[in-house]
Amino acid sequence: MSTELDVFVGNTTVLDEDVYQLWLDGHTVSNAVRIRMEAGALQECEANAEVLHSDTMDQFRTFQMCERLLQSPSKVANQLLFQIPPHRQTMLIERYYEFDSVFAREVLGKKLSKGTKKDLDDISSKTGIALKCCRRQFDNFKHVFKVVEELKGPLVENIQRHFLLSDVLARDYAAIVFFANSRFETGKRKLQYLSFQDFAFCAGQLISYWTVGAVNNVMEDLDVDLEKEFLHDLKDLKVLVNDKDMLDQHKSLVCAQLRGKIKVFSEMEASFKNLSRALVNIASKLTHTKDFRDLFIDLVEKFIEPRRSDKWTIGDLRLFLKHYSSSVHTLEAFRHQVIWDRYMGVIKSCILKMYHD
Amino acid sequence: MPGKLKAKIVAGRHLPIMDRASDLTDAFVEVKFGNTTFKTDVYPKSLNPQWNSEWFKFEVDDEDLQDEPLQITVLDHDTYSANDAIGKVYIDIDPLLCSEAATVISGWLPIYDTIHGIRGEINVLVKVDLFNDLNRFRQSSCGVKFFCTTSIPRCYRAVMVHGFVEELVVNEDPEYQWIDRIRTPRASNEARQRLIFLMSGELQRKIGLKVLEMGGNAVVGYLQCFDLEGESGLVVRAIGTACTLEKISSTLPATATHPSNSSPSKDMKEPGFGEEAPGVPLSSGPPTPLRAQTFSSFSPSKSYSRQSSSSDTELSLTPKTGMGSGGSAGKEAGPLKALLRQQTQSALEQREYPFFPLTAFPPGFLLHVGGVVSARSVKLLDRIHNPDEPETRDAWWEEIRQEIKSHAKALGCQAVVGYSESTSICEEVCILSASGTAAILSSRFMQDGPLDTEHRLSRQPLCVFSTGSERVEGDMGSSASLGFEEVVSPGCGFCHIPYDELNIPFPAQLTYCYCCRRYKVPDVLFTTIDLPTEANVTGKGCLIQARLCRTKKKAQGEGNATVISNLLPFLEYELHTQLMNKLKLRGMNALFGLRIQISIGETMLLGLASATGVYLTALPSPGGIQIAGKTPSDITYEQHISNMQKKINDTIAKNKELYEINPPEVVEEIIGSPIPEPRQRSRLFRSQSESSDEVSELDLSHGKKDAFVLEIDDTDAVEDIHALLTDFPTPAGFYSCNTEIMPGIQNWTSAIQMFTSVRVFRLNASLTSQGLNKIFSDLCENLLKSLYFKLRSMVPCCLCHLNFTVAIPEDELIQVAVTAVAMSFDKEQLLENGKQSGEKTLIKAITENDEQLQFNLELNAETPSPNPLSSPKGLSEVGSHLSARALSVDYSSFADRCSSWIEQLKLKAHTIRRGSVKTTSSMEKASPLPEGRSRSLRSNRSYSGSSVAVVKMTPLSFIPGAKIIKYLGIINMFFIRETTSLREEGGVSGFLHTFIAEVFAMVRAHVAALGGNAVVSYSMKECVFMENPNKNQAQCLINVSGDAVIFVRESELESTSVQTQSATTHTSNGAEGT
Repeated sequence: MSTELDVFVGNTTVLDEDVYQLWLDGHTVSNAVRIRMEAGALQECEANAEVLHSDTMDQFRTFQMCERLLQSPSKVANQLLFQIPPHRQTMLIERYYEFDSVFAREVLGKKLSKGTKKDLDDISSKTGIALKCCRRQFDNFKHVFKVVEELKGPLVENIQRHFLLSDVLARDYAAIVFFANSRFETGKRKLQYLSFQDFAFCAGQLISYWTVGAVNNVMEDLDVDLEKEFLHDLKDLKVLVNDKDMLDQHKSLVCAQLRGKIKVFSEMEASFKNLSRALVNIASKLTHTKDFRDLFIDLVEKFIEPRRSDKWTIGDLRLFLKHYSSSVHTLEAFRHQVIWDRYMGVIKSCILKMYHD
Repeated sequence: MPGKLKAKIVAGRHLPIMDRASDLTDAFVEVKFGNTTFKTDVYPKSLNPQWNSEWFKFEVDDEDLQDEPLQITVLDHDTYSANDAIGKVYIDIDPLLCSEAATVISGWLPIYDTIHGIRGEINVLVKVDLFNDLNRFRQSSCGVKFFCTTSIPRCYRAVMVHGFVEELVVNEDPEYQWIDRIRTPRASNEARQRLIFLMSGELQRKIGLKVLEMGGNAVVGYLQCFDLEGESGLVVRAIGTACTLEKISSTLPATATHPSNSSPSKDMKEPGFGEEAPGVPLSSGPPTPLRAQTFSSFSPSKSYSRQSSSSDTELSLTPKTGMGSGGSAGKEAGPLKALLRQQTQSALEQREYPFFPLTAFPPGFLLHVGGVVSARSVKLLDRIHNPDEPETRDAWWEEIRQEIKSHAKALGCQAVVGYSESTSICEEVCILSASGTAAILSSRFMQDGPLDTEHRLSRQPLCVFSTGSERVEGDMGSSASLGFEEVVSPGCGFCHIPYDELNIPFPAQLTYCYCCRRYKVPDVLFTTIDLPTEANVTGKGCLIQARLCRTKKKAQGEGNATVISNLLPFLEYELHTQLMNKLKLRGMNALFGLRIQISIGETMLLGLASATGVYLTALPSPGGIQIAGKTPSDITYEQHISNMQKKINDTIAKNKELYEINPPEVVEEIIGSPIPEPRQRSRLFRSQSESSDEVSELDLSHGKKDAFVLEIDDTDAVEDIHALLTDFPTPAGFYSCNTEIMPGIQNWTSAIQMFTSVRVFRLNASLTSQGLNKIFSDLCENLLKSLYFKLRSMVPCCLCHLNFTVAIPEDELIQVAVTAVAMSFDKEQLLENGKQSGEKTLIKAITENDEQLQFNLELNAETPSPNPLSSPKGLSEVGSHLSARALSVDYSSFADRCSSWIEQLKLKAHTIRRGSVKTTSSMEKASPLPEGRSRSLRSNRSYSGSSVAVVKMTPLSFIPGAKIIKYLGIINMFFIRETTSLREEGGVSGFLHTFIAEVFAMVRAHVAALGGNAVVSYSMKECVFMENPNKNQAQCLINVSGDAVIFVRESELESTSVQTQSATTHTSNGAEGT
């Protein structure tokens, strides 16, 4: 005897959040049944394995049917096929778009193309995330990217409006879109220690302060493109290291502020020129696309790694950066204060975020 | 030209991509009614077209308005080739033809294609202008209201109940008509869908005409069925009860209709109780005189019942000209007179059937219930030669109805209630079945007694004590009736036998009613109706199923029919035995909502009987089940038997505890008589008119053999015992029934979940009947288990109206479909009552307590006097409250017990007060809802994205915690879905899952377009599934029906009357679904 057909349809769609998670994680039905049994589902309602299997099959099928809708979340609310209370709709959408940061870290900065999709098996075996689950996450990235690419206006808001996601999740997606769009180098070995959240934070900073949308609200294009003018102006900062007087003045100002306050004062004093040059050089190079993509690797190689080998603590670094950027205000000869602040504000917080083991 | 139909096509959305090149669609719409077609402009390159068309006007006869659906076809314009159809929408105009129903159809309706399913939605506006037509010879019946609900609809009262209406229409099935020709599946499916729409429209119109002829204005309990007879055609038939309904004006103060408010009838009883209770004259004498006394004092009503049976004979003797004889039937035959008058007013023969498809009645309508009557007949289908004169089908049903009528007569009953008809078809063999409950009805409602249906709700006893209150009520009821000779106590009256005791049509064990002690009652009662709300029930009920599977030889034509009709009686007998045993095992004594379904396949017969078992307080306690061995020589064998016996006894004890059945057993012990013999005999009645192709049955059971001794050597008995003990108990927190309501549960929350579940099993070849039986039984049990598991988040909850349908779609396949509703309830009954009506409950509770105390005081006063009946009664009361196990007539401890009872009462009173205090405080927060719910409501509101109105669906006639304020018309939809890419759609399960979800969606959308927010009395009457996995194909037909309604939450009603400011926090379709 075998069950040929087995369906259960409720007027209000019956959704089990735990089973939904198992489905999202890309488990097979039999796997999911096993996990549920281990979680003690059999204790509920005097169920047996058969009941559990039937329920799991049914739930998986329901989710599969919902998936088409979830791919364009705005349809979920005004479709007629499934009667789902609004708070459950939100749950379904939010969970569908949630992703593993380990996975996102792998994909970050890569072109969201078919080629990358082929590499998903490798990512799957590397991260231990089921291939099916990787595919969903990748497709979500691609889908969100494709939709917002053509939209004007603030990125995070666009994502929220079109995908009805929570603020936190929308911001993460904004970071992914930003990285995919700017194609930052993130895969180098030296950058491996950085997590997705580190990058997402940096992306947030860049989006907030360096992009077109950050300064004026004229929504013309995808506001994830950095403001060209600003990048061009960054070249003017070179004067800080090229002008000997200004460099010395800057150094003495910083030293005066930090004397006795940081442990690595002598090293700092000795290498101030290098420190300053590293930061200013990164700024002046950003106009070139190639160098721009290397922003993070440059930050790590030219600034973070040397400080780490000098055993700077995070506190020392914070103090240094604070005074390094603020003391420029007192340099009377320096006329690019606005650009400087806009640059250093972002760089400072990025460095601090990235400064860990 | 009495009608103008107007339609406007507004817009479309979510259309499918029809042009691969542009990923867009050039959509336009054809609007067709009858032979007239209009077209909209093409809206190019859009998946969300905005047609905003003019009003398309159709000037048509109202006859056509009733028969034809409005057909809307959405197409993709193609310059070079034929336009591609995207899908269709059929709109039933009927709800617009009745002034009291909907006035406009407006909203988003799914565009449906039989191959692709739902493909986007279309926004339409439909209106009808009707002109008055006073033509006496008209063929239309516009304005007659139809209700699927099998009781008087909630916001109406019945001015008059006219009687039974039935009709059938036949046609050739296009599927079979075209089978040899080239056809596309889409064309064939659409032709069938349209034909069935037309046929059901025509059928409804014809039934409406009959109703108008009878002078009625509505059909209640409208049940329409399809018989897909295959080559011989398509039959659409319907039955219903013609009534004259009157809308209850909505200006009634909300408080008067509130359920937890005490009803007038209850108020009437309370003083009655107070006056009569001290007397309790029945209890003063020794046992035997007591019996005599009751006998004599109630002779008037005995003669009444005799007269009723005699007049019933008249009815049958003079079927066509009964008018005159009905008039001479004497004074007491009032009800019959009315009935006769109604029935004989028309000369048409169909009207003579005193049948009522209703299952629930206004209080006082149902006087006595005789038992289940049923008839089956096996027929060979032949081609219907002249569809306009479907004489053979009519004649077949006529035969069966006549038989039912004669069975009812044999039971001394003049009417059949809870009547239904069904068929099962396999190849050219067809079983026609009809069943109902023989009953005697009150005259009041046949004439002009206005029935206020609100009583139904309000009469539910306020359950202060979980088990005790029913008992108290019963006593009150009986004592009240002492005052009014004519009034039979509502709590037990319907159990009293309607037939003549000296002339019982079958062997039955009669005892005096355990409530009133004056009338005779049977030991077991089977009915097809819902449990009357006024019935005195001990404990809770549960779903009881008998399942049976029998193999049969393959045969053709007449031979096949003979084989089947020979098997039928055995099948019914065994089903009945199973039911009886399972009932005993649960310690219950009555079945309600009994539905026996027999399905035929090529090599087997399936029987499934479902009912809700309850313990009627008026009926004697059921005896146990005895197991006996034939060869008592072996010791181990004896041991085996005693083990089994023990198991059974344990199960009975466990079940009694589970269902809270603790009847006051002491009563019998004291009185000594009438005690039912420990081994009860049950009844057998076999119709004498049994013919070779016709099997009839009244109340089957073991004849001379003692019913409840199961002999273990008997292989059947082993099977029975096996079946008995393999039924799994419902998991904690769940109750189940196949009736509308569950006795003992009143405090429903608003969380309801209607669902449909379908399973198909493939059997291995060469199974024995016994093996099949087990498989079938396990199948049903597992399905139930799955349902419980699925709905576990709703606990505590009750699965109501569990409606199983079995079919044998193919050899070796068994299909089981279930539609039911899960309803949550609050465990804290008192709290809920408080919640609902604030201070009112407080007052109510206090008065209730005063009563109880009063009763108690009386008991105390009586204690010194040796009153053998009333004191043990009281004692048993006490016993059930204190859950004292061993009850004895220990007078010394009696006073103590009484005082402890007072303590108990005070305690309860305290909790009641506390409960209501709680609610008052919550009402101060300007929200009559419990906090959790109001919070969830508010949070729902914050998601403004949803533009789809929530539509509730339920197979019940009501929505808990809500009041139906308007019926918008009947929903009767038929869909076919076919696929040629079964695997791609997720196999058979994926295919059917999608289809059922689509059907739900279409029902909801049509209800919403009518302006409704719920469907009540929803049922899936047909679900025919066929597959051909080798060809990657499957097809399914689904027919659903129900009543579209508008409901408002009771909390809202209250808030508008009590606290206006809180009214704004709720809306009628507040989305608190689960």
